[in-house]
Amino acid sequence: MKELKILAVVVFFTLVTYWGVEPYAHSQMHKHVEGHDFTYQDINASGVKGDPAKGKNLIAACAGCHGIKSQGMKAPMDAMGASAAYGVNPPDLSNAGAIFDEKFLIAFLQNPAHTAKAKPNFAMPPSAASAQDAADIVAYLKSIAPKEVSPKEAYVTACGRCHANSYGKWTQIGDIPKTKGNIKTGNDVALAQFKINVAKYQDKLADYMGKLPPDLKIIARARSKHYLETFVEDPQSHLPGTAMPRVGLTKEGFEKVYAYLESTGDPSKPLREKTGPIVLGFFLIFTLLAYGWYKSQWKGLK
Amino acid sequence: MAHFDPNARPFSKKWLNERLAVETLERVLSTEYWIPKNINFLWAMGMVLAATFGLLVISGIFLLMYYIPDTQKAFDSVNYTIMSQVGYGWLWRHIHGVAASVVFLIIYIHMFTGIYYGSYKKGREMIWISGMLLFVTFSGEAFAGYVLPWGQMSYWAGMVITNLFEGFSADFMGGALNFPGLVEWIRGDYVPGQAFIGRFFMLHVFLMPLVIIALIVLHFGALRIPHVNNQDGEEIDFEAEAEKWKAGHRKESKVIPFKPVFLSKDVFVLGIYFLFFFYLVFYHFEFAMDPVNFDPADGLKTPPHIYPEWYFLWSYEVLRAFSKNPGLVWFGFAQVIFFLLPFLDRSPNVAPASRRGPFKIWFWLLLIDMIGLTILGKLPPVGIFTPIGTTFAYIFIALWFALPFITKMEKPVGGK
Ligand code: HEC
Ligand code: HEC
Ligand code: HEM
Repeated sequence: MKELKILAVVVFFTLVTYWGVEPYAHSQMHKHVEGHDFTYQDINASGVKGDPAKGKNLIAACAGCHGIKSQGMKAPMDAMGASAAYGVNPPDLSNAGAIFDEKFLIAFLQNPAHTAKAKPNFAMPPSAASAQDAADIVAYLKSIAPKEVSPKEAYVTACGRCHANSYGKWTQIGDIPKTKGNIKTGNDVALAQFKINVAKYQDKLADYMGKLPPDLKIIARARSKHYLETFVEDPQSHLPGTAMPRVGLTKEGFEKVYAYLESTGDPSKPLREKTGPIVLGFFLIFTLLAYGWYKSQWKGLK
Repeated sequence: MAHFDPNARPFSKKWLNERLAVETLERVLSTEYWIPKNINFLWAMGMVLAATFGLLVISGIFLLMYYIPDTQKAFDSVNYTIMSQVGYGWLWRHIHGVAASVVFLIIYIHMFTGIYYGSYKKGREMIWISGMLLFVTFSGEAFAGYVLPWGQMSYWAGMVITNLFEGFSADFMGGALNFPGLVEWIRGDYVPGQAFIGRFFMLHVFLMPLVIIALIVLHFGALRIPHVNNQDGEEIDFEAEAEKWKAGHRKESKVIPFKPVFLSKDVFVLGIYFLFFFYLVFYHFEFAMDPVNFDPADGLKTPPHIYPEWYFLWSYEVLRAFSKNPGLVWFGFAQVIFFLLPFLDRSPNVAPASRRGPFKIWFWLLLIDMIGLTILGKLPPVGIFTPIGTTFAYIFIALWFALPFITKMEKPVGGK
């Protein structure tokens, strides 16, 4: 019994220390930002109903910059050309209707920089003349959106033009290609060429954004999920004045993006969850056997 | 002349005994290494420490196979290669990271056990001093290891800590104690860079572990003659008690042999410890692997909060509580003062603190003060935290100055 009392004292002081240096210290170091479940309360709903058929006719206004691969519309410029023109590659819109919030998009098409809380140099100009036009275009985008968007596709559409993810083999201009080097020299000219393009793109992007957006390869370990969620919902809430725009994801859209970030940043999670109980089970049996041995050795000693 | 039986079968017990004295060795080191019966699980912490060091070495060896000490590659070699490409590499890394943190928790428990029961005096001074040397080398080892993954905290903690070697400020005594050149000499560059990572890599995987192993041997050796203390600080006649045990009076004898009797309890405590440890490894490792260090090192971007790992926080807070020059002095004081404990405690009593009058208060104050310093060391130095931190630092210093006086006045407690 005395030993249990001693153990209680040790555990008590350990927990106080832990509480102080972890939960308490972190609550003092980082300001708390409340999440709003991607409801975008500062944006007023337009109240108009969109018509996808009308939207289809208006989409030419977008095709001057964006591709919609699922509808067989290629982007007018490749990533390199687009970055030379705008500083950043406009995303393909095939999945836009599935991951972005409807209310956000309608406001965004009329007034992109303001809605995205971006810098005035935001590369996309207002592209819908009225709320009605905007609602029609968004209705069209939603009508062509696939039922299922993979985590990677969500990431590419929402973040991929700015953020590389090297552990996911993603660069801002696309996946790192599988190339074959020259066997005699060991040189891989195609890969080297690709890397030059990435470098050029990144230079342009850094000029446009003021800095190079970080590689999100392991951001899932560097930031809590709560941080990422509230940061993506509104970057200004954590980094006032930052150049990263509010991208306008829905809650489900964010979960997709997060699943991708976790798959590159914390890929051992599934295996960890599977191995944990086995290892703990092993040590539980070990401890029980050790207890038996201890009791047998100490029998009649006191 | 030694006697060698020409007929002894090679590698038989007899053959080995003649050459290596294996049975004598086993007797001296385990079956007749006597431990007092009157001890609690806190006396298993040394074994827990040895086991944790074992875990660090084994997991470290696996990490070492893939880690690349290069400023351009270190981060990805750890966070990509080890964490996702090497089978179970993440497990080794989590074991290594959690063990590096938990080992300090156990070290502190082990130290405070020694302080509580007065296990540092009357023949046990060298155990205490070799233990403190282990504390210092483990601190160096952990600091060096923290540099290796080359994340933001690796870089900036490396920057801040090496800056300490600059010494006193340039306006003090005409700059006679100001050594900016020393900082660059240690780093091998103006800022932490390739030379820095190479040096700390060598220290972390070779020199420091070597010294630690040597010190563990010294620590164990220092235990052999005085034997371990017990819950009442009772002075035991180990020879006489051992005779009782050997004569079969197991109940009457105050001692037990290390193997198998004490070992059986050690192993049981280890089992419980491993349950706790692997729970942390699988489900609660963030405290040991700071998220900030998953941002790659960036010399142009100072993190908003730079803090050392939790086990350095109390002395870091002593440093922060003062302005530059006195801060350095008291920081140095905090680093060495524990070495002097056996000589600052002037009382001849070897007894649990609870029976030692004022020393009892001293013990609990020291513990609470150091936990307070630890917590404040992580909090940003703003508002109310600054004066509280300074107060705790003053209390820490005052406690050590008071120790010789309160122990001198201590009444002898009748030895049981
Ligand atoms: C002049 C070229 C241009 C036109 C025309 C244009 N866009 Fe864009 N769009 C861009 C660029 C460039 C970006 C990326 C801007 C950035 O991230 O800084 C962008 C971004 C977007 C995004 C991503 C928004 C986000 O929150 O991440 C959507 C959705 C979008 N555009 C839809 C449209 C639609 C729909 C139209 C037609 C109504 C359209 N765009 C017309 C250039 C254009
Ligand atoms: C138009 C370009 C752009 C897009 C699109 C974009 N970001 Fe960013 N992001 C940036 C820039 C620029 C920064 C650097 C911000 C700074 O330091 O001020 C940044 C920084 C970040 C950071 C680091 C914040 C920190 O605490 O340091 C995270 C996390 C992040 N982005 C996540 C995302 C995610 C997730 C997406 C997609 C949902 C996304 N970003 C889309 C430009 C972008
Ligand atoms: C002698 C055996 C050891 C070897 C071979 C070894 C090897 C390594 C290697 C290669 C790394 C870099 C990979 C990584 O960051 O995970 C590392 C990291 C580290 N080591 Fe060790 N190590 C040993 C013992 C220790 C000890 C005794 C401690 C502390 C008490 C320690 C503390 C650390 C820390 C804190 C890190 C950084 C961990 C992280 O951020 O993930 N190591 N070690």
